[in-house]
Amino acid sequence: MDWGDWLSNSQNILFVVIALLMVAAAVRVVTSPNVVHAALMLVLALGGSAALFLMLGAEFVAWALVLVYIGAVIVLFLFGIMITRAPTGRDPVRLDHERRWPAALVALATFATLASASVAAFEDEAIEGGVSSTGDLGDVLFSRFVIPFEAVSFVLLAALIGGIVLARKDPG
Amino acid sequence: MTSFLEGLFANTFWSAAIKVVAAFALLVANTLILVWFERRVVAFMQNRIGPNRAGPFGILQTLADGLKLFFKEQITPRKVELGIYLMAPMAAMVPAFLIFLVIPFGAPITIGETTVTLQGTDLNVGLLFILAMSSLAVYSIVLAGWSSGSKYPLLGGVRATAQMISYEAAMGLAIVPVVVLAAVTLGEGGVGAMSLARIVELQQGSFRWLIPGWFVFWLLPSFLIFFVSAVAETNRAPFDLVEAESEIVGGYHTEYSGIRFALFFLAEYVNMFNVSAIAVTLFLGGWLGPDLGLPSGLAWVMPIFWFFLKTYALLFVFVWLRATLPRLRYDQLMSFGWKVMIPLSIGWLVLFSVVMALNTFGWPFDVPEWFPWA
Repeated sequence: MDWGDWLSNSQNILFVVIALLMVAAAVRVVTSPNVVHAALMLVLALGGSAALFLMLGAEFVAWALVLVYIGAVIVLFLFGIMITRAPTGRDPVRLDHERRWPAALVALATFATLASASVAAFEDEAIEGGVSSTGDLGDVLFSRFVIPFEAVSFVLLAALIGGIVLARKDPG
Repeated sequence: MTSFLEGLFANTFWSAAIKVVAAFALLVANTLILVWFERRVVAFMQNRIGPNRAGPFGILQTLADGLKLFFKEQITPRKVELGIYLMAPMAAMVPAFLIFLVIPFGAPITIGETTVTLQGTDLNVGLLFILAMSSLAVYSIVLAGWSSGSKYPLLGGVRATAQMISYEAAMGLAIVPVVVLAAVTLGEGGVGAMSLARIVELQQGSFRWLIPGWFVFWLLPSFLIFFVSAVAETNRAPFDLVEAESEIVGGYHTEYSGIRFALFFLAEYVNMFNVSAIAVTLFLGGWLGPDLGLPSGLAWVMPIFWFFLKTYALLFVFVWLRATLPRLRYDQLMSFGWKVMIPLSIGWLVLFSVVMALNTFGWPFDVPEWFPWA
């Protein structure tokens, strides 16, 4: 592969910019001492992945990602932070963990596994006939992938019930 | 002149640039009128006169207030988290302005051989884009509340998060029947059922006799749920606990002054206009309406007129609610959202989907003649 040719494509440059931004944001998520800043950096990283989906022409997935992850999950994080860790403005408690190096090792190993697996599976072949339109996505989700889809919703249901059990106050 | 305009709109870059600037100018100018409209209408409802000094009927009052806010001192309290504190007002503006870009506010205009759509851009998944953007609106309030470093903004921020997340669920569920109906009407796998321009086109023609083919006649429950959620989503009375001045001073914007406060204020009114425009587009036929036999050179004016007339009719309801209803209590707000709105919208969604599925795959019994959904 010729890197000069690769970089002369404007889409590749955009990809590099977004990817670098995502990596920087992801690193700040785990190194930021302030929990709210970490959450905002996570927003940036997720926004970058939505942008990558947009570049692939998968509009539905991109906006669903913004709606669900940025618009609901992280907002709930912030909500949790605000009602549990009362300090407002500058947080006096620095966010840190003594076992950060083993955690970094695990994260790196996970990344290596996923990256090498996807490289081994596809190398640099272009994937034709990918699912991008919303209608196709719905068809695939409810035919070929219906079992994993239902399994995921079952896991969510279990988490929901677990949450209710934890939050209930009545004895017994 | 015509050929110059045609050339300008045939160029993708200039066409997009003009549309973005025009949308920005339109929303700001509209806010000036909307604030004046609200103050005058509330004044008449309370047997007062309202602003009537600046300009004819006081219409320049908002402009004067806006200029005043521009030149006022911007007080920055000592305990704020500065970066986020400065970012929050801008984070309020961006989604509000982006939403308007996918709403069609008039029929496409043909200049020479170029067709100009009166819409920023027609996304294939326009409805999802609107939901995504309105879910980002909560960030500005949360971050403003948290970064101010004071207790009233924090309380306002916590209230806002819970309220907006709860009512967003009801709002999203109220939109789904629109997509189902559009997909069934379109056929062919329902491609384009989430595009706002297509949804407006589908509402052409008439329903029965003189009643227009607007979706509201099929989806009245969805429309009501959507509108109530929209009032809650924009933090307007009677759901304005986020900035309840009798309890938490100003809520999330307590520590903001000058132009920073003005940006929050602007975003609130732009959002109000947006949700009304979305309700008009989805349920009330968008820009559709009789053209009243205007000459062809002026025919493009009528769709814009109908769009703004319908939108302002809904905005009048916003103002009317504010002048009439007292503020809800917080627990009432939450139980109304979770125990009334969400179950209602899920129930209606299931019922409507079953009817639409029966229409597609055939009914097991004869449907009576009067049943309008068949």
